[in-house]
Amino acid sequence: MTPPTPSTPSTNPKPSTPSTTPTPSTPHKRRNVSAQGGPVDGGPAQGGPVLDVDGLTVRFRMRGGREVAAVTDASFRLRPGECLALVGESGCGKSVLASALLGLLPGNARTAGRALLGDLDLLAADERTLARTVRGRRIGLVPQSPAGHLTPVRTVRSQLRETVRELTGARGSALDEAVPAAAERAAFPADHLDRHPHQLSGGLAQRAATALALVGDAPLLLADEPTTGLDRALVDRTADELRRHVDAGHALLMITHDLVAAERIADRVAVMYAGRIVELADAAAFFGAPGPRHPYARGLLDALPERSFTPIPGMPPELGALPDGCAFAARCARATDACATVPVFADGLACHHEEEPGA
Amino acid sequence: MLELHGITAGYDPRKPVVRDVSLTVHDGEAVGLLGPSGCGKSTLARVAALLHRPTAGTVVIDGEPARGWRHRAPRDQRTAFGVVFQQPRQSADPRLRLRDLIAEPLRATGRRAEATERVRALAPGVGLSEELLARRPHEVSDGQLQRACLARALVLRPRWLICDEMTAMLDASTTAALVGVVETYRRESGAGLLAVSHDPVLLERWCDRTVRWGDRGAALNDAAPAETATSPGSTAP
Repeated sequence: MTPPTPSTPSTNPKPSTPSTTPTPSTPHKRRNVSAQGGPVDGGPAQGGPVLDVDGLTVRFRMRGGREVAAVTDASFRLRPGECLALVGESGCGKSVLASALLGLLPGNARTAGRALLGDLDLLAADERTLARTVRGRRIGLVPQSPAGHLTPVRTVRSQLRETVRELTGARGSALDEAVPAAAERAAFPADHLDRHPHQLSGGLAQRAATALALVGDAPLLLADEPTTGLDRALVDRTADELRRHVDAGHALLMITHDLVAAERIADRVAVMYAGRIVELADAAAFFGAPGPRHPYARGLLDALPERSFTPIPGMPPELGALPDGCAFAARCARATDACATVPVFADGLACHHEEEPGA
Repeated sequence: MLELHGITAGYDPRKPVVRDVSLTVHDGEAVGLLGPSGCGKSTLARVAALLHRPTAGTVVIDGEPARGWRHRAPRDQRTAFGVVFQQPRQSADPRLRLRDLIAEPLRATGRRAEATERVRALAPGVGLSEELLARRPHEVSDGQLQRACLARALVLRPRWLICDEMTAMLDASTTAALVGVVETYRRESGAGLLAVSHDPVLLERWCDRTVRWGDRGAALNDAAPAETATSPGSTAP
């Protein structure tokens, strides 16, 4: 999450877009937003969603006229103080969806649908708006692989300082004070601020990256595989820390294939398969009783070593060569002729053959 | 039988990350090595596969001490091991098609003639189609690439498999599938396994026994790496 635009540093970028979410005030005032504090986006929880995604579709045009259907018709809403986990196998389109929200898709991508952040449509916004008012300010990105995300030749303090300066306009002594405060919000120890990224453990690097993501007090946090490669204790700690920020009023979209981490912090779960959201469910019902309703979701959960440790047969289809009809049918034990048509997503499910509860 | 006796190893002689660790993998046995990030378990796995020279201790393969390390290890000892690493993107040569990636150990050991046939025999087991075999690493997903890396580790029919966080990057279904491939190979070949992971549930499900690493690893931020790595219960039952 490196927010500053390469624009002239003298211009103090101010959000130009009208928005329902008030922009952050100055840092020394915001330091008071604590773990038990109210919603950070200013609007109480009963307000509208932070993010309203409707029919989001991403296509990549490849050489030879081939087209890759990376994301198809994804719809979901995210409210303040809520965590939605987007789960699925690698290559199912999860990260493309995140890139689309941040306006970071490559040039050969075309999008359709809407993704409203307040009243700003992220898919229609121009790069200048995204760079100056959205990234870092209204969406904070907690990256995969923090060690690779931080600048290796600069200390954590120097990187935090730059981010605080660019996002809040703080200067001088206010800036000096704001840096440790920003570190503290992500539980990054102040005595490690003068270390370089390679001198940090995986867990501390994760916190440093999280601290950078929190500087702009963005109402929406986007975490892309925040726990990959961490050991279980660190996964739990990272998840709990993210949850703390959710409880402080941030909305969190967590993209992950780690079902155990998702179970730990998510309020709701969206299961993605071959570019489509096939199930959107309450986390407690999904991981507990009555369990997942989509055969794919059921298979994914059953593959966990905690459960039956049986893989789903076969592999997901190529996003560039999706079958007509339900993309999961070829791997599905319940498939019938009905699966030759794509099931409509309704009532949180896109399947012709819903699993029986507890089956 | 694969025996590690009193291994001390690391990257700085003054600060070994593995201290005096002993471990035995019996023929056909699956041993899990469990510990937090940075504790030295990957280093130990590399020593076991003759990929890292310890500063003290010996590796004994079927009663014979290792006669060399890394590229100086004699071929008969080196090829007794198949190794799968955590990050397929870093361990796979980006220029090779998957079929060549899998066959490379055969070429390297002068058995080029068997390559086509061995790849054809292995590919369905790891779930790779002809079409995927013709692709290069950047054209496949992490899961598909790790399948190829596993096939590569199996292509010389090793006596021991060393799986160092083989599934840490992968989703639940791919994890279960790859563990299934390893177990199928072990059943038909009688090979032993040393599986390194930080996931106790996975190791419990996969292995005959799990060796738990001592609590304090050598992570850079931990002040006291001195009491690194004693492995309680590391002697064979």
